Amino acid sequence: MTQAGRTRTPWLYLLPTVAVLAPLFGYPIYMLGLLSVFDYRQAQVSGGEPTTFIGFGNYATLFGDPRFWSILGQTVVFAAVLVIVTLAVGAALAVVLTRAGHWPRLLLSLAAMAAWAAPAMTGSTVWMFLFDADLGLVNQVLGIDGFNWFYDRWVTFGVVGATVVWHSFPLVMVMLFAGIQAIPVSVREAAALDGASEWQSFWRIIVPMLRPLITIVVIQSIIWDFKIFTQIYVMTNGGGIAGQNSVLNVYAYQTAFGSSEYGLGSAIGVVMTLILLVVTLFYIRALHRTGEKL
Amino acid sequence: MKILNWAAAGLAVLALAACAPSTAPQAGGGDEKSGTLRVWLYEEPNRAPKEKVVAEAVKEFTAANSGVEVEVSYIPTTPARHEKFKGAFNDPASAPDVAEYGNTDLAEYAAAGGFADLTADVRAWPEGADLGADLLGSATVDGKLYGVPWFIGIRALYYRTDVFDELGLKPPASIEELTSTARQIRAKKPDMYGIAVGGEYTFGALPLVWDAGGDIEKLDSPESRKGVQAYTDLLKDDNCPPQTCASLTGGKTVELFAGGKAAMGILGNFSRSAVDAGPAAGKYAVVPLPGAAKDSIAPAFAGGNNLGVLKSSAHRSLAVKFVQLLSGKTYQTKMFEAMGNLPTLTSARDALAAEEPFLKPFLDTVAAGTRFVPIDPAWVKIDNQKVIPTMLQKIATGRSTVEEATTEAATAVNAAFGRS
Repeated sequence: MTQAGRTRTPWLYLLPTVAVLAPLFGYPIYMLGLLSVFDYRQAQVSGGEPTTFIGFGNYATLFGDPRFWSILGQTVVFAAVLVIVTLAVGAALAVVLTRAGHWPRLLLSLAAMAAWAAPAMTGSTVWMFLFDADLGLVNQVLGIDGFNWFYDRWVTFGVVGATVVWHSFPLVMVMLFAGIQAIPVSVREAAALDGASEWQSFWRIIVPMLRPLITIVVIQSIIWDFKIFTQIYVMTNGGGIAGQNSVLNVYAYQTAFGSSEYGLGSAIGVVMTLILLVVTLFYIRALHRTGEKL
Repeated sequence: MKILNWAAAGLAVLALAACAPSTAPQAGGGDEKSGTLRVWLYEEPNRAPKEKVVAEAVKEFTAANSGVEVEVSYIPTTPARHEKFKGAFNDPASAPDVAEYGNTDLAEYAAAGGFADLTADVRAWPEGADLGADLLGSATVDGKLYGVPWFIGIRALYYRTDVFDELGLKPPASIEELTSTARQIRAKKPDMYGIAVGGEYTFGALPLVWDAGGDIEKLDSPESRKGVQAYTDLLKDDNCPPQTCASLTGGKTVELFAGGKAAMGILGNFSRSAVDAGPAAGKYAVVPLPGAAKDSIAPAFAGGNNLGVLKSSAHRSLAVKFVQLLSGKTYQTKMFEAMGNLPTLTSARDALAAEEPFLKPFLDTVAAGTRFVPIDPAWVKIDNQKVIPTMLQKIATGRSTVEEATTEAATAVNAAFGRS
C-alpha cells in the first residue's frame, strides 16, 4: 500500500459511520443551536408573529436567572452522588456475582435484568406507589402511616436517587462482571498466593486492569445521571414542592414545552450539551495521560 | 456518486444555514359545504353522559346537513392538551374544525393564531344576545371573540352537614369564621381535615386574594398579601398539615372531601357527581365561599370552557353552525342534566335556578361578581411555571415569609408579562 493510501484508508472506513452520525446527530444539534439564537415561541411556530434573530439574548436571560444557577448546581451534585452510588453498588454486586454459587447468581442476575428492563416511567410509578404517604407498602411496613416522603427536599432526592440507581446499576454490574471474568484466573491466584487480601486484590488488580471499562461506565453514568428526567418528572410531579427537586432537564422541558419558550429551552439544551462534551473530553484526556488507550 | 452525495449534503447544509427556524404554513381555511367535520371535545372522568348528548346533537346536525359527517374525538385535559393544540395549529392537516378548550388557555391559543374570529357570527346569532358581557369578555382578546362560552364552572364551599350537626357548628359566614370552624373540627376530629386546601390549588387561593382587594398582577401589594396570608393560614397543622397538604392540587382536595377525609372543601358545581359517588354523598350542603366581611361572598374564578372554530378549518360555516347548535339553549340544558355544566346562556341558567336548589349557592356567587385570570399569553406561562403554587408552598413549608414569597412571585409574574 502506498503512503497516501495508508492515510486515506482509515477515513474511508469511517465514511459509513459518518454518513449515519452526521445527519442523526449533526442536524438536531445544529437545529438546537439555531433555535437558541432566535426569539422562538409558540406564536412564531404557528405563524402568529415573525421570528426574530436575537443573538445571545436567550443565553443572557438564562445566565441572569438565579433559578438556572441553583438548578444547575443541584443537578451537578445530584448526578455526582448518583454516579458514585451506582458505581459502588454495581461494582460490589459484580464482585458478589463472581463469588456467588450458581443459583444465587442466577437469581441476582434475573432481579437486576428485571430492574434494567423496567421502563423508567413504570419503575418510577411503582416506586412512587411504594412510598405513597397513605397506601404505600414502605409506610405500612415501617408503621409510619401518613409520612410524606416527597415533602423534604433531601428525603425526596434520596427516594428518587434510589430509584435511579435501581434502574442503572444493572448495566454497571454486568459490564464489570464481564470484565472481571475476562481477567485471567492465574493473575488473581498469584496475588492470593502472595498474600493479598480480597480488598487489596480488588483495588490493586481488578480496578487497574478494568480501567478502560470503568472509564466507559463512568462516562456513561455521568451522561445518564446528568440528563435525568423521567424519575424526577414522574415522582415529584414535575419538580417537587415549590420546584425544590427540579433538575436541568426537567427545567429545560418545562421552559421549552410548558411555557412554549422554544428558543430559551434550546439554549438550556445547548448549555447541557456543552457541559457533557467538556466532561467527556476531560475523561478521555485523563485516560490518555495515564498511558492507557481506549 | 460519492462526490455527488457530498455535494448534495453540502448544498443542504448551506440551504439550512440560510433560513430561520421553520414556521407553519399560513392556512387560510375554506368553506366547503360537505365532507367530514372534525370535532375535539375534552375527555371527562365519566364521559358516557357527555358522549350521549353529543351523539344526539350530531344526529340532529347530520340530518339537517346532508353529505356531512361529524367525527368527534375526546382529548385529555392534562397539560398534554397544550401539545395537542399546538400540534393542530402547526399542522392544519391534522387539526379539527371545532374544538372545546379551557377559557384560561384562550390567550395563548389566540396569540398563536389558532382560532378563527367569531365576533360577527355570534352577533348574527339570535341566541348570542343571551350571553352575558362578562362571559363574552372572557372569550375575547383584543376585541375579537375566539369562541362561544359553552359552560361555566364556579367554586363554592361544600361542607359536611353531619359533622357540623354533631359538633354544633354553623356554616361560616366570613373567612375568620371559616378558619376557626376548620380548626375546631380538626381539634375534635383529629383524623379529619377542617377544610381541604392545597398548595397547588391556585383557584382555591385566588378568591381570598381577590376578596382582600389583591390581584394576580400585583401579588406583592398589601391587599394581595393579606389574602395569601389568609389562605396559607389554613395550610397549618391545626387544619391541613403542610406535610400532606402542601403538594395537593385542587383535584386532590375534591378527593379528600369526597372520600370523607375533610369536613369542608372549595369545590366546583362540576364536582358534584364525584362527591355523590363517595362516602360524603347525601351528607353535605353548599354555601358560597365567604369573604373577609361577614356575610360577604369572595369573588370566585369564572372558569369554564369555550367552543371555538379553528382558523385552518376547511368548513367554516358548517363549523360555526355546529358550535351554535351545541351551545344553543337546548343542548346547554341537556349538558347540564348530563354533566352538571352550568349554562352560559342567561335564560337557560335562570330556568334551571328555579327548579334546581343545588345551584343556588353557585348562582349567588356568580351574581356577587366573578373574576378571571389575565387574558394574556403570560398567564399560561405563569400557570406552567407554577408561580402561584410555588409561592403558596414556600409559605406553607415555612421556607419563606409571606413578604418574601409574594415579592418573588410578583417578580416572576412581571417577567412573564415581559415587564421588569
